[in-house]
Amino acid sequence: MKKKKKHLLPGFGLSLGYTLVYLSLIVLIPLAAVFLRSAELGPSEFWAVVTTPRVLATYRLTFGASLIAALINLVFGLLTAWVLVRYQFFGKKVLDALVDLPFALPTAVAGISLTAIYAPNGWLGQWLEPHGIKVAFTPLGVVVALTFIGLPFVVRTVQPILEDFSAEAEEAAASLGANRWQTFYKIILPAIWPALLTGFSLAFARAVGEYGSVIFIAGNMPMVSEITPLMIITKLEQYDYAGATAIAVVMLVISFALLLIINLLQWWSSHRHGNRA
Amino acid sequence: MPFVLRSALLTMLLSSVSLQAAELLNASYDVTREFYKDFNPAFTQYWKDKTGETVTINQSHGGSSKQARAVIDGLEADVITMNRSADIDVLAQKAKLIPANWQTRLPNNSVPSASPTVFLVRKGNPKHIKDWDDLVRPGVAVVIPNPKTSGNGKYSYLGAWGYVTQKGGDATKARQFVTELFKHVSVLDTGGRGATTTFAQREIGDVLLTFENEVHLIQQEFGDDKYEAVYPSLTVLAENPVAWVDKVVDKKGTRKLAQAYLEYHFSAQGQAIAAKHYLRPQVTDAGQPAFKKVNTFTVKQAFGSWSDAEQTHFSDGGIFDQIYLK
Repeated sequence: MKKKKKHLLPGFGLSLGYTLVYLSLIVLIPLAAVFLRSAELGPSEFWAVVTTPRVLATYRLTFGASLIAALINLVFGLLTAWVLVRYQFFGKKVLDALVDLPFALPTAVAGISLTAIYAPNGWLGQWLEPHGIKVAFTPLGVVVALTFIGLPFVVRTVQPILEDFSAEAEEAAASLGANRWQTFYKIILPAIWPALLTGFSLAFARAVGEYGSVIFIAGNMPMVSEITPLMIITKLEQYDYAGATAIAVVMLVISFALLLIINLLQWWSSHRHGNRA
Repeated sequence: MPFVLRSALLTMLLSSVSLQAAELLNASYDVTREFYKDFNPAFTQYWKDKTGETVTINQSHGGSSKQARAVIDGLEADVITMNRSADIDVLAQKAKLIPANWQTRLPNNSVPSASPTVFLVRKGNPKHIKDWDDLVRPGVAVVIPNPKTSGNGKYSYLGAWGYVTQKGGDATKARQFVTELFKHVSVLDTGGRGATTTFAQREIGDVLLTFENEVHLIQQEFGDDKYEAVYPSLTVLAENPVAWVDKVVDKKGTRKLAQAYLEYHFSAQGQAIAAKHYLRPQVTDAGQPAFKKVNTFTVKQAFGSWSDAEQTHFSDGGIFDQIYLK
């Protein structure tokens, strides 16, 4: 039986070749250019550029705010998907379409509108300000903007899984004596868990790279509300290409590592779930 | 597909026409749109009267260093018009697109117009802001764009610093003053227009530091009755230098035209158009009476040169970075 493994579908070589060429052109070559450019700096210089206190503060804000925003979207995205799949109500189609809006809107428009709303003289800002809650021009504003742009991801990844999930499984669980929480925790959650994680990681990745919407609402105070992409822009403004790409490389490496961890987590959970079933 | 064919033919036709007519690309910074909308037709007319040649001037606008970067990276701009000589110097330093002595090729160090950094306060000047010292009084909130990303912000910062040193204070005093000043700044927008929005539309801050010509645009845009301009006793003069890009004009064969275009900035007509847009003419006194008298210093006078100022204050780990780290 040590024959050459045969694929069920023909054309594996061709399609893999195409995929590799495509990915190289679109993703790998530009990224390689980033790495090459940053290599103009020596290792010690590179380290010095990417670890100044001001840059370190931006990593904390960018990755921290992105994580918080993705977590918020995880919870409320699931809720939204649930409502859209499980209930019939007036205006559902409109609500469904609304979810995609953050995708379509130019990010600068989103940033300007959010800032206008949350500024101390804005619709919401004027009510929050007297209670000491400052949103625009603070790190909180960054979280708000990142939550906005990441909203569609969890909803759109979880929605189809929930739609396919048969109500019988829930009914069976209930008839076997499971309470509602047990049904959700033991039956539904394992089924949608991979999709939830995917949505979460997409929302997170998107938030990490976001510039347009954040820049208007952040206030951009050094050490407080500067995001890492702004640091890159700042370096470019100083004609410091190597420094800019050095920070970009750090962002890339951290993002890649985090996405890899999430993917492993996903693989591990689906594996465990698969073994149990 | 006759339609496709037809439009392809049309495109070919159009491009061959534009090959005949001379074209210039002017890479400029953000807030010169309105000025060049007036200036370009005037020059086109002047050139047609003089040579019979029809020229088209294309404009590209953006943040000033962004524009300079685009030219370095290959944007084929025949001329570059900026608000800091440092943004033109880089064309010589980084890419050898122009000679290092570019400023000597045109009158007045290649600076046709300039604008001082002034204060814009809300109507009635409720916080009684008269001079730089008033900016650091308790309870005064100041709006300045980020000096690391904005030419406008750099000028405001250098204006504050120069205000102290030009009056005899030393660097320690100047540093104390600038540190104190930025403690009164709660939002650092990335560009001048962003800062204007923060001040005018978000209603943040008591005073906006910006160029005089931008102040006039704001008053036009948001109404004369909402804001007042305040002229400090001494301030920095933001010079707007221009240069043709040698490598590009030689390649395109537009050197003569580009030179004439820039020289027109220094002519009586060019200077008058600048004055109309509240840019202070530097070589003639066209429209000067309309401008309030103000004591100014240039970056060169107060800091030696733009590259020195850039290196000391705005490079990574420079003084601006330090005031936020303490």
